[in-house]
Amino acid sequence: MSGELQPVKRPEKIAVFGGVYNNYLALEALIADAKSKGVDKFYCLGDLGAFGPFPDKVFPLLLDNEIQVVQGNYDNSIGNGLDDCQCGYTDPRDNYFAQISYDYTFKNTNPEFKRWQRELPTEIRFEFGGKQVLLCHGSPRQTNEFLWESTTPKHFLEKLFSKNRADIVLATHTGLRWKRELAEEKFFANVGVIGRPENDGATNVWYSILKKNGRVDIEFVPLEYEYERLAAEMKSEKMPAEFITTILTGWWTTCLEILPSKERVRGKF
Amino acid sequence: MSFNSFKDQETDILMETMAPLREPEIENVPSAPLHALDSLWFQVGGTICNLWCSHCFISCSPKNHNFGFMPRATVKRYLDESKGIGVKEYYFTGGEPFMNRDMLDILQDTLAIGPATVLTNGILIVERVAQQLKNIAEGSIFSLELRVSIDGFTATENDKIRGKGSFDRAMKGVKNLVDAGFLPIITCAQTWEEEQNEATLAGFAATLKKIGYARPRVKIIPPLRMGREKVRSRGYDQFEYVTEEMMWDFDDNLLQCTHSRMATDKGVYVCPILIDYPEAKVAETLSGSFKPFPLQHQACYTCYISGAICHNFSGASGSQKEKSASLAGV
Repeated sequence: MSGELQPVKRPEKIAVFGGVYNNYLALEALIADAKSKGVDKFYCLGDLGAFGPFPDKVFPLLLDNEIQVVQGNYDNSIGNGLDDCQCGYTDPRDNYFAQISYDYTFKNTNPEFKRWQRELPTEIRFEFGGKQVLLCHGSPRQTNEFLWESTTPKHFLEKLFSKNRADIVLATHTGLRWKRELAEEKFFANVGVIGRPENDGATNVWYSILKKNGRVDIEFVPLEYEYERLAAEMKSEKMPAEFITTILTGWWTTCLEILPSKERVRGKF
Repeated sequence: MSFNSFKDQETDILMETMAPLREPEIENVPSAPLHALDSLWFQVGGTICNLWCSHCFISCSPKNHNFGFMPRATVKRYLDESKGIGVKEYYFTGGEPFMNRDMLDILQDTLAIGPATVLTNGILIVERVAQQLKNIAEGSIFSLELRVSIDGFTATENDKIRGKGSFDRAMKGVKNLVDAGFLPIITCAQTWEEEQNEATLAGFAATLKKIGYARPRVKIIPPLRMGREKVRSRGYDQFEYVTEEMMWDFDDNLLQCTHSRMATDKGVYVCPILIDYPEAKVAETLSGSFKPFPLQHQACYTCYISGAICHNFSGASGSQKEKSASLAGV
């Protein structure tokens, strides 16, 4: 075999997910679930830390599975030793809880993992099924921009797509998944997060699979994981009861003021 | 017209606030570019209002016709232009927007293409209007936000500023919105010391829960020391302006004018705050308004300190400007 070039294997199915929030149990479940569905490549859109327990448990899972990661605001903060998560919240009530999970994550992340997070790219581009795919955290123009389904017009996305010369843009940051089709088989999708459930009263989280079925499309995949174990570990780490309630009930209890009305009204709090 | 105790003084005050607006002589005025037109504002109610609030920074009243109602066709023209520019969200203010008879049609047009926010005093939101707003909101994939101005969680506190009886009437409007399924954002101009913010938020939460608003959204806005507010409390101090040095290492995305413009019946202005200043008119069209604006006004100082306070999701804490600028960039 020496001297003979091996053909590069192009992935057929790609798992894309956002916001791990230290939820290593969901990440383990995702890797197994996606592999069982034929996924051969993984991308994470950032925000590795937040309110889950034991931040360092995420690191080996990322390395062992060769998961490429876009730098989220959290990772930029942890990597650069900043004072807060740069989540982009503006209400003091949102910032109060965000600070608790940030301080916990910062304190419990080892220096090597922090250095690794500092060096992550803010966007990743690749070609898939003839389409130019752009992966980012919040939006292609700003890492901590919130792109909610109910506040993102089509013409705004079209401007972003044309400026960034992309056919498919995938982002996260808001915690809620949604998709919007544009002309010429282009689309934007927010892939949601695997760190906490979707504020719909269900305990599962969501990730996505990018695939080619004649045309490139994205499928949102519900993911069950050991959420009761996660809640117990959060409790043992003395995380606030509000965070644990979210994991156990599927309703968001904190960082709600940033939600636009359509998204807020669907929740319980 | 018993609701207003300020009215007798109004002529004098108007004379004072409408007199040529003077600003201190500042050397080396910094400029702010329009990075992207994300937020398009409409002075849809002109400066015409059914209240006569003592802190109004553009001195709106039933008698102030400096700016008029914007007809549906005028708004539509700007909406059409905004699509090519990639505007992200639309805001409607006045004066009182619901005094404009075209307002519901205008919202219908807007929500067909993007999210809309209305800044209102709530008084004209009777049950029928709340129901019509509900129908419009449910027919769109985009959010319709209603921001109702109430300046204290008791009638005594609020009515001192907004006029006698205005608290009860605004709360009725809020109740109608809540009953129709909305989660209105109560906005409250800060006329107290910052230390009292938390107690005020708690007071609002308790008052709003009593009328059935179980998960109230409340936003505190810092005062703009201009218009009638200049008389109510004080104007800006001589040192309260933005200098070139202050812009070093400052994330200018926090300024309203770097990502928004204000459309009026008289053309496009730089921001929602400065429409009383003739030089704040920057163009007739949105595409013509992409030019830097000198931060020579003292209101720019409030925006600098507190962040773009007009936006739905901006705080009054003043902490934003200390944040890392590393994530910004348009």
